[in-house]
Amino acid sequence: MTATDPSPEELTPLGRMRRDLLALISLGAGGIASLLFAAPVIGFLFSPLTKATPGRWQTVGKLDDFEIGKTGEVTLKDISAEKWGGPANTAAVWLRRDDQNAFTAFAVDCTHLGCPVRWIASAELFMCPCHGGVYYKDGAVAAGPPPHALQQYPSRVRDGLVQIEWVPLPNVARKRNCRDLVNIDV
Amino acid sequence: MSNTAKRAWRVIDDRLGISKALKPLMSHKVPKQSKWAYVFGTATLFSFVLQVVTGVVLATTYVPSTENAYSTLKYIDNQALLGHVVRGLHYFGASAMIMFIGIHMLQAYMYASYKYPREANWLTGVVLLMLTLTMGFTGQLLRWDQIAYWSVNIAARQAARVPWIGLRLEHFVFAGDHIGGATLTHFYDLHVFIIPALIIMVVGVHLYLVIYHGISAPPKAGQPVDPSTERKKYEQIIKKDGVPFWPDAAWRDALFGSLVVAAVVALAFTIGPPQLSKPPDPTLLNAYPRPDWYLLWYFAVLAMSPHKLENYIIILGPALIFGSMFLLPFFFNKGERAISKRPWAIGWIVIIVLGVCTLWYEGRVAPWSPRFEAQPLPESVYAASGPAAHRGAVLFHDKGCEYCHQIQGHGGLRGPNLSDVANRMTEEQMTIRILGGGHNMPAFAGILHPDQMNDILAFLKTLRMRPGPSLNTPHQ
Repeated sequence: MTATDPSPEELTPLGRMRRDLLALISLGAGGIASLLFAAPVIGFLFSPLTKATPGRWQTVGKLDDFEIGKTGEVTLKDISAEKWGGPANTAAVWLRRDDQNAFTAFAVDCTHLGCPVRWIASAELFMCPCHGGVYYKDGAVAAGPPPHALQQYPSRVRDGLVQIEWVPLPNVARKRNCRDLVNIDV
Repeated sequence: MSNTAKRAWRVIDDRLGISKALKPLMSHKVPKQSKWAYVFGTATLFSFVLQVVTGVVLATTYVPSTENAYSTLKYIDNQALLGHVVRGLHYFGASAMIMFIGIHMLQAYMYASYKYPREANWLTGVVLLMLTLTMGFTGQLLRWDQIAYWSVNIAARQAARVPWIGLRLEHFVFAGDHIGGATLTHFYDLHVFIIPALIIMVVGVHLYLVIYHGISAPPKAGQPVDPSTERKKYEQIIKKDGVPFWPDAAWRDALFGSLVVAAVVALAFTIGPPQLSKPPDPTLLNAYPRPDWYLLWYFAVLAMSPHKLENYIIILGPALIFGSMFLLPFFFNKGERAISKRPWAIGWIVIIVLGVCTLWYEGRVAPWSPRFEAQPLPESVYAASGPAAHRGAVLFHDKGCEYCHQIQGHGGLRGPNLSDVANRMTEEQMTIRILGGGHNMPAFAGILHPDQMNDILAFLKTLRMRPGPSLNTPHQ
């Protein structure tokens, strides 16, 4: 600004309007351009929120591979649409053969805060390494902070093959995806 | 300096305006009394600069993919020339930054520097504390080893507990509806671009405010802050006792900051970076997830909270802590600054320091975690007893009792130490407790056969440490 520039008080009404209009054009054009630019960028940034992995049945072994009454770890593969994920595209499940044709597939995630529970076969307990959660062999809470029994995936036997339906987030907040067969409150 | 060099400098300075921009900063007056208590902000800034440099250098080799991140870190640690030193610098730089931002804030709180007119200094500082802690957490995740993998899961499960938007937040943490390829790249983006950019911006504002308002003079009892006279009072202090920032005050910052850098270098060379845990393979279930030391106290909070209050603690706890830090200057920007006149502040400092230290210690010991590594009890524990007690001692390990109970120094800390249980409990009491379980103990009624139960009881009845009356007849 040079010394010859009139201050706002000295402007004629028309001159003041011109200044207001120029400010409006600058801010308005800048605002519209920013919005146009931001919409796709923010949309892409938050696109993971819209992801929903559909449930998919996976074979985890032959029926004869599993002993009645025993619990063991099985692995699910290619659980994600992100093919570049490497090992992150696998998941573990504690699978228990209940009788001739019935299995229970437990999520390994502790319902307290998601640490992987271990099956201690000799004690018939699932134990969490983090905050002291313990579950009985049917997944019910035995001790510690877990608010809820272990989550379960749907399982079935087809043509002599044991299958588990992978659904993401065996989480307390997503009961609709996982069956809660065992007692909820302990 | 030769005349030519002088002339050259004058030309450069004339075109770039260096001395015009820097001189007022260097020579601005600061209170003479601001001494060693004022070095921690610079120490935090120095640590941040270290982080930027080592981070940029590590990014030349680190590959942020769930498939390769772990092997690139292995390469940095074991094969790259000086790789483990640079990773060590980044780790101890992070540790220093978190430590000094904590001390800096504690000092600002002790001196009540958040009062008028420096409220915005404090508020930007709180934002920087939050950003720094987020950097610490996301940094641990970028290690993408087994602990990092499960830490993402733990973070997401906590986010999921927020009412209404919990599921969305969980999606946000996972960058999808479960951990996958996009999870790590999103954390990488946060750790390397978004949060550092925010930190640089907020540090800029913070430093501008430090210059704009001037460094607060150390408080004196009986001189309460009054917004109508405070600026005048400060001007008088500066007039009477002011010294130029450079080098009269800055030498302490420079010296202390350099010592910090030297200590970080020494630790990086002698101790090196934290060891990577197992590969990030979700099918390896023998994991032992723990946060790095600066969040270990929060790990204890998660384990020690009363179960029924846990949701409130997880969600309202951080909201209350950071919320009250934000509100502090709005409610208490006047009055006495001297700690001797602020008994509540003394109380809060004691509570915060003792609380964090206690929780940190508990987090290190983690008595609530089962000790999976517990070996079968040595023969010395049951040598003098009969075969039933011998079998009972073996069962004590196999049935998982030993993961949580200690006997003569062997076993876990979750439940009571059973070294002298026979002094304290009758056979009936033991039976009821074992079969029926208790607070934080599974009920073993459906797990133990009657003869196994008898063997365990036979063993437990031999456990008498103190001389004195036994509540049980000695085992025959």
